[in-house]
Amino acid sequence: MAAEMYDAIVVGSGISGGWAAKELTEKGLRVLMLERGRNVEHVKDYVNARKAPWEYPHRGGRTVAMEEAWPVLRRDYPLNEKNLDWWASDRDSPYTEVRRFDWYRGYHVGGRSLLWGRQSYRLSDFDFEANAREGIAVDWPIRYADLAPWYDHVERHAGVAGSHENMAQLPDGEFQPAMPLNCGEELVAGRLANLFDGRRRIIPGRVANATQALPGRAPCQYRNACWLGCPYGGYFSTQSSTLPAAMATGRLTLMPFSIVTELVYDRERQRVSGVRVLDAVTEKSTEFTARVVFLCASTLNSTWLLLRSATDVWPGGLGSSSGELGHNLMDHHFRVGAEGTLRDASLDDKYYYGGRPTGFYIPRYRNLFGEQRDYLRGFGYQGSSSRLGWQRAVRELGVGADFKDRMSEPGEWRIGATAFGEMLPHHPNRISIDQTHTDKWGLPVLAIDCAIGENERLMRIDMANDMAEMLEASGVSEVSTYDNEYWPGMGIHEMGTARMGRDPKTSVLNGRNQVWDAPNVFVTDGACMTSTACQNPSLTYMALTARAADFAVAELKRGNL
Amino acid sequence: MNNDQPKFELISRREAILRVSALFGGTLLVGQAAMLAGCAAPATGRQRSSAARGLFSQSDIELMDEIAETILPETDTPGAKAAGVGPFIALMVSDTYYAADQQVFVKGLADLQTRSLTGYGANFRVITAAQRLELVERLDAEQHLYMETRTDAMPAHYFRMIKELTLLGYFTSEIGYMQAMRYVETPGRFDPCVPLVPGEKSWAPHA
Repeated sequence: MAAEMYDAIVVGSGISGGWAAKELTEKGLRVLMLERGRNVEHVKDYVNARKAPWEYPHRGGRTVAMEEAWPVLRRDYPLNEKNLDWWASDRDSPYTEVRRFDWYRGYHVGGRSLLWGRQSYRLSDFDFEANAREGIAVDWPIRYADLAPWYDHVERHAGVAGSHENMAQLPDGEFQPAMPLNCGEELVAGRLANLFDGRRRIIPGRVANATQALPGRAPCQYRNACWLGCPYGGYFSTQSSTLPAAMATGRLTLMPFSIVTELVYDRERQRVSGVRVLDAVTEKSTEFTARVVFLCASTLNSTWLLLRSATDVWPGGLGSSSGELGHNLMDHHFRVGAEGTLRDASLDDKYYYGGRPTGFYIPRYRNLFGEQRDYLRGFGYQGSSSRLGWQRAVRELGVGADFKDRMSEPGEWRIGATAFGEMLPHHPNRISIDQTHTDKWGLPVLAIDCAIGENERLMRIDMANDMAEMLEASGVSEVSTYDNEYWPGMGIHEMGTARMGRDPKTSVLNGRNQVWDAPNVFVTDGACMTSTACQNPSLTYMALTARAADFAVAELKRGNL
Repeated sequence: MNNDQPKFELISRREAILRVSALFGGTLLVGQAAMLAGCAAPATGRQRSSAARGLFSQSDIELMDEIAETILPETDTPGAKAAGVGPFIALMVSDTYYAADQQVFVKGLADLQTRSLTGYGANFRVITAAQRLELVERLDAEQHLYMETRTDAMPAHYFRMIKELTLLGYFTSEIGYMQAMRYVETPGRFDPCVPLVPGEKSWAPHA
């Protein structure tokens, strides 16, 4: 039976897959987008978006039964009653933890684009040059100038609210008006601006929530309930932004419940001819062919697919000739920072209105402009200030009428921030196929072996102390630091395992995200990252995907693929 | 190494999570070890919530309603009982508490009744409002002292459980959202700085 033919196949429908589908279809290609999970229709399937908070039996909390059903997801905040449907089942899709790795997955159309934190920051040449400058891993094959126009391109379509700050380490972009700092944050930002040589700055978080209408999308309505799906399309997701654009071309076929199990490699042509797909419901296997394949299945799953493909040629899988496939797994380490109470007479009679779906950001300042700490790279902070709500009542002494009325009113101003730190690429941090365990569909699972090292541990000391120092210097009282412990994966910023590079002997992908060993396969999700920087990575995946799609179409036209 | 020695108090993980969750508006239940447990969830002391069904009788639920109403009584806004806090507490202890904490809670409820009987000669549900408040204030002082000084190995105080679930149940109820606080489902805009008039209620978050 002849396999169905497309110009391009996109594996995955999350942030990267959505961009691949949009760009490729808009450039005239007939595209098949394969998603392993179910469909989630924009607005219609956001079943809890309009539910009142009091309608959840456990008010959003987690039950013991939920914890038993999600042994991984329960380790952190994602396990909750409100959007449980959007987290992959740990039981259906297990994995092997050689060392603890928290893998939080979204197996449905839109993937984690429905669930993401939406913080959107560009990388800079400090980041692209770091590996080469310090002799770490391999050099990125691209520089900021290669990506800048693509950042412009994706920001315009996605809608990123942000302020222009003219900071070399955090390039400005094509922003919609920023979501402003509230008066507590503004006060501290103003004080901090005059300290530390002005190098540590509080700026409004840059966030992929529209502050102005975009085609088919209303601006953010400040409900701060993005993770339930937005009935207004206020934030960037596959559903709100890239999927409708791709669908509008009439050239996209979206197939949910389609687990890609293998890339079909043609030895003679040294190209991939298509993919093998397992229907997640009927368990029937089908083949689809295409001239190019974009792997956007999320970092670990894209590499899982490579590891399983063309093993008759390379036992380690497609792209393994360098010996780097599966290696150099990274994440952002975090859950460390400081906070305190903001007492200032000018704030006593101040409040705010509306749920802003972001906070403030403190761009990286460590190991820049000539400074050298006892660790490499740096970190940024995400934080916010707010007046305490009723939750403060739990720890306060008191019961009765006055207590109740007092706790119904806003309390003191608090301010705090959590650091997100760069994690160095390290060859032994890796994933591999565990042939001894299978998932619900009988497919072998991943084994994950990853840990942070000395560089990250040293960095964490600064990550806690610096924030405390900034708060104290800015007049914040009762400042305390915290380190809530971190295990790789918790950042939900998995990166690496199929890194880009300049040399096929030391990298899996070239500077155009092509697999060296099969140039019609492009990997444009987090797997391609050569280093992590400390900025939230999704915007970079979008830009890399759009750039690779543009190149792929040009190469197809030139007859090179 | 050129890092400064930590000069700030490094707080415990439990404390840190409590503070951060309060800072960001989240909630943390003392009886529910989930967030604290992380990878180290207690292997023992857990049991299916089905076994916990029937943990409370109807009169237990009525008792919890009265305790909750004493903690958060009707004022110019409805109290905990009107907000259905008694049944909510029963549901939460049954479904979200580990077995060890359920036992602390159930024993605690019995302890409260015993104190009512010995102190006032009658069941908590029939003693006067002033007597209830007196007893609940005493328990609140006890739990407060205990919780501020306990070690991580010690279980939470049962009255802290009751108080926390009362607050959670009340302030996340429709009455809590619409009457005790102010709630706008779709604010439509963000004002970073607005005047707060004395007596104005908190904004309740959407999610």
